[in-house]
Amino acid sequence: MFNVTRRQALAASGGLLGTLLAPQRFADAAAGNTLNIAYNVNLPSFDPDIGPSSVNPTIQAIYRSIFDQYIGQKPNLSFEPGLLTGWGWNDDKSKVWMDVRQNVVWHDGTPFTPEDVIWSIQREGKQGGGNPVSFIWAGIDNFKTDGNRITADVKQYDPVLFKWMAFLTGYVLPKNYYEKVGPQGFEKKPVGTGPYMVDAYEGDAYLRLKANPKYWGGKPTFETVVFKFVPDATSRVAEIEGGSSDVTLEVPYEEYDRLRKTAGIKGVCTPISDIGQIFITNGGIMDDKNVRLAVCHAIDKDAIIKRLLRGYGVRIDTLEAPEYAAYDPSIKVSHDPALAAKLLAASGYSKEKPVKFTIQTTRGFKPKDYEMIQAIVGMWRNVGIDANIEIYDIAKHFELRMSHRLAPAAFYNWGNAIGDPTTSTGFAMWSKSPHSAWHSDDLDAKIGPLWGEKDEKKRIAGWKAVDRYIAEQCYILPLLQYAQPILYKSDLKVTPNVSGALQPATLISKA
Amino acid sequence: MLLAVVVKRAAMALLTLAGVAVVVFVLLRVVPGDPVAMMISPGASAADIAALKAHYGLDEPLLIQFWIWIKGVVSGDFGVSITLHRNVAAVLADRLPATLELAAAALVVAVALGGSIAIAGTLMRRTAGEAVIDGLNSIMLAVPDFIWALALVLLFVIAIPILPLTGRIDPVLAEGFHTKFYLAESIVTGRFAVAGNILSHMAMPTLALALPLAAVIVRLLKQSLKEAMVQDYVLLARIKGFRELRLVLQEALRNAVGPTLALTGVQFTFLIGGTVIVERIFAYPGIGNLAIDAVINRDFPLIQGLVLLFGLIFILVNIGVDLTVAALNPRLRHA
Repeated sequence: MFNVTRRQALAASGGLLGTLLAPQRFADAAAGNTLNIAYNVNLPSFDPDIGPSSVNPTIQAIYRSIFDQYIGQKPNLSFEPGLLTGWGWNDDKSKVWMDVRQNVVWHDGTPFTPEDVIWSIQREGKQGGGNPVSFIWAGIDNFKTDGNRITADVKQYDPVLFKWMAFLTGYVLPKNYYEKVGPQGFEKKPVGTGPYMVDAYEGDAYLRLKANPKYWGGKPTFETVVFKFVPDATSRVAEIEGGSSDVTLEVPYEEYDRLRKTAGIKGVCTPISDIGQIFITNGGIMDDKNVRLAVCHAIDKDAIIKRLLRGYGVRIDTLEAPEYAAYDPSIKVSHDPALAAKLLAASGYSKEKPVKFTIQTTRGFKPKDYEMIQAIVGMWRNVGIDANIEIYDIAKHFELRMSHRLAPAAFYNWGNAIGDPTTSTGFAMWSKSPHSAWHSDDLDAKIGPLWGEKDEKKRIAGWKAVDRYIAEQCYILPLLQYAQPILYKSDLKVTPNVSGALQPATLISKA
Repeated sequence: MLLAVVVKRAAMALLTLAGVAVVVFVLLRVVPGDPVAMMISPGASAADIAALKAHYGLDEPLLIQFWIWIKGVVSGDFGVSITLHRNVAAVLADRLPATLELAAAALVVAVALGGSIAIAGTLMRRTAGEAVIDGLNSIMLAVPDFIWALALVLLFVIAIPILPLTGRIDPVLAEGFHTKFYLAESIVTGRFAVAGNILSHMAMPTLALALPLAAVIVRLLKQSLKEAMVQDYVLLARIKGFRELRLVLQEALRNAVGPTLALTGVQFTFLIGGTVIVERIFAYPGIGNLAIDAVINRDFPLIQGLVLLFGLIFILVNIGVDLTVAALNPRLRHA
């Protein structure tokens, strides 16, 4: 029998109260060896190669902490050796070769081998295996190993193959361990080669990582890293302001400006590879070129960035951000309301007799998305465009886009962390892509030959020409490149990453 | 007699759950949002898309999909979550205890707070004190739980930082549990420091959920007590010389508590529904937080499992309340 005396009950109550109000929870964690990050998304799954999470860009910082990619990526989007120390094509691009890093061990202590690389690529490339970009990985086959060098035949040439090795689903998993424990066993106890090992995890609450002492890139700065999953932006602000977390990101720009001036907190807010854009869907009112061009010329992007985003953002006129391989600063679409009105008049529209259509937008998915569209609708009204705003969620956007049923104008955010034109202009504008909205033969004829172009200079020049043509025709309306606000305690040093992935091992250190 | 009532209610519950299963299954397929559309790469071909649909079993005709799912549900297999890659039943079993502990704590706080204020208001009736209590109660009633949550964050995290904001427990302490009922287990096993840490994490979400419910209890119980206080049996006790507090607690409360109990039971189910937003704000790992992610990602198997679970909880709580009220009120027992 469990007997409790009044005295014991009082003592226990006192203990509870004391613990409840204990101040040590708010001790400066960064001064120790634990780094607490108030992170903006939950981690649903540990498998970085299969399922919806594997193509969620916001989770990549966590995956990169536990696993390694075939090829690494620097914060400026350039590439560096990862688990592959060298890679390339043969002269006629019919074969690839990959040199596998030696003396690497998995978190369970077993050695990492070329077999792990081959097995991972084959698993990722298996059609119907759950990898959302299996077509990329299925492009090479017939693997052979010679020491630490792997060679493979190219089934279908894709110039971006090696860039994908540093991108979504480009992670190496342990063949023997995975086959032994199975998918659900792997979810319970994931094993990688990355700088951190999984110590404890509670979905929707936190992920606790401990440093991998045998990491091939050297032991990380912090012994323990805790990702707290805090999807609510207000709560993330409170986490950093109250001192419970050392770093947070993706807070409202107003809060960022307020908190970065607070004692003990610093901030950095630089452009990342997220593009805010308005898809134009053909098959209706947008088939009228005058209307399309008026839609583009009527918008003052600089004013939107300055007034709504407090200056945090970069105006763009193509789908290529300045950090991307095919960025061409000479392509400009002017803000010219008079021209917009003139173009509309040529098609019989005016302020009195406006052209009418619907624009779809998310609300709260990206900073000020709905407010931006409100502002744009206001600018359009001034030249003779009467747009009706319809709010949708991301799931609906994807379904409508895949079935070519988006409204004539539809706002969305497009990420492209490897900065290649195929993964921005290409997939957004090629009519065969399930994620394009403008489908026309003239554009396909220009894009088509570029997919398999083997001359890299010619390929990039070709994409720049496509971007210029799209801007001239206004087949899509690029708005801005987003900036990512990061707040952190002043005893830390944070290096922003253009890809937006804030992996603690390489980007956060003690000041 | 009671057994017959229970059997009848159980049969009704099964029918209701079957209806819920059909409705949620059909609704998910009718409303826009395709889980495969959300994960396919822009470069995916029609064959890639078809392969992904087949991988998640979404390529079969709707009737076949429903048959496969409902057959699994009957045998306890709710399918595998698309986003979490885990068995849905296991995920729900992991998350439900957190929500149950939070909801139970909120209920206890709401009943204690609401009951105390109602009794205080009854004792102070026809005085300035009653007006103050009514005024404060109106505010408590008017402010929704998520606004309370934000107000508490401002107070206890920013202004006077004494409470942790997110999670269910300090990650450093989250070890050595044999069940997912962290609070109950830590108290039973005498780990009071851990229990204290859990309580500190639960304090704000509990209060945010409890305050609106407490206000409902105050309003109803105070009214019931007021009516009871003018009944003959109370007058008789007053003539006998009983003090006011004893009159309320011993004579009026027992007769007045019935309607409050019934309403509290119904409100408890709404309280569990209220955890969805509150859990999100406090990053509390319960089924409410899980539900938001499941809907955003159109994780069909998980949403279906969650809706069935919410339905089951709703039904069980209602049966429990009916039986409790019947047990307390002999007239209803034989009705």
